[in-house]
Amino acid sequence: MVAENIAFYLIAAVMVVAAIRVVTTRNIVHAALYLVLVLAGVAAQYILLAAEFVAVTQVLVYIGAIVVLFLFGIMLTRAPTGPMDDSDNEQRIVGASIAVVLLGLMSYTLWRAFKGAQFVDLQVQTTAQVANSIFSTYVIPFEIISVVLLAALIGAIVLARRD
Amino acid sequence: MLLNQFLLLAAILFCTGVYGVLARRNGVMVLMSVELILNAVNINLVAFGAYHHDVTGQVFALFVIAIAAAEVGVGLALVLMLYRNRRSIDVDDIDLMKG
Repeated sequence: MVAENIAFYLIAAVMVVAAIRVVTTRNIVHAALYLVLVLAGVAAQYILLAAEFVAVTQVLVYIGAIVVLFLFGIMLTRAPTGPMDDSDNEQRIVGASIAVVLLGLMSYTLWRAFKGAQFVDLQVQTTAQVANSIFSTYVIPFEIISVVLLAALIGAIVLARRD
Repeated sequence: MLLNQFLLLAAILFCTGVYGVLARRNGVMVLMSVELILNAVNINLVAFGAYHHDVTGQVFALFVIAIAAAEVGVGLALVLMLYRNRRSIDVDDIDLMKG
């Protein structure tokens, strides 16, 4: 139990620092690379929560595909790869105060609502169990997600092609 | 491990993402902040699933990951189109419909 807690806090510290760097760094390529750190941290937290299939999917889809897509987007829009002077707008202070107030409210509510809630005998939920659930109880949402992905694919091609 | 550890970590990620969406100018950077928000939600889903010994949390986390992939694809296509039409992806400049 102690080892899990140490691992959690180490990874969480890295994730929080990297997340703050994602939204504050002036260099857009650095932001994408810090995003990789956050996403890898999230995958590690899934492992701590014994959700192995979601962790693997996180690495494959997020780090493997979405970050690459972001880097393509950065290159195609020819954003300056060096530091930018105007990466933030003038709402920075309002945005920061909204984020801090929201965080305070959420932490207070969560802390009160789930005080002392512990994970008892955390078991690995195998891929087979996840698959059983997807293909029995949630088969209709799964099919709808497939259609949504297809629609998004066609939509992205239509939007991005040159004509 | 406490459930609150994960919930608070997700809350921090969520609020960082909210700040990014509000304060960033570059369209691609706004999309990155949206990814932070989606990941915060996923941590919550998986944490509650593990807490209740139920795979439903993981199933919905997978659905959210699929939706996130679709969102990034369409979002980047929109940003690309914006760049082609206006030579800039500054989201503050898109104010044609502002009264």
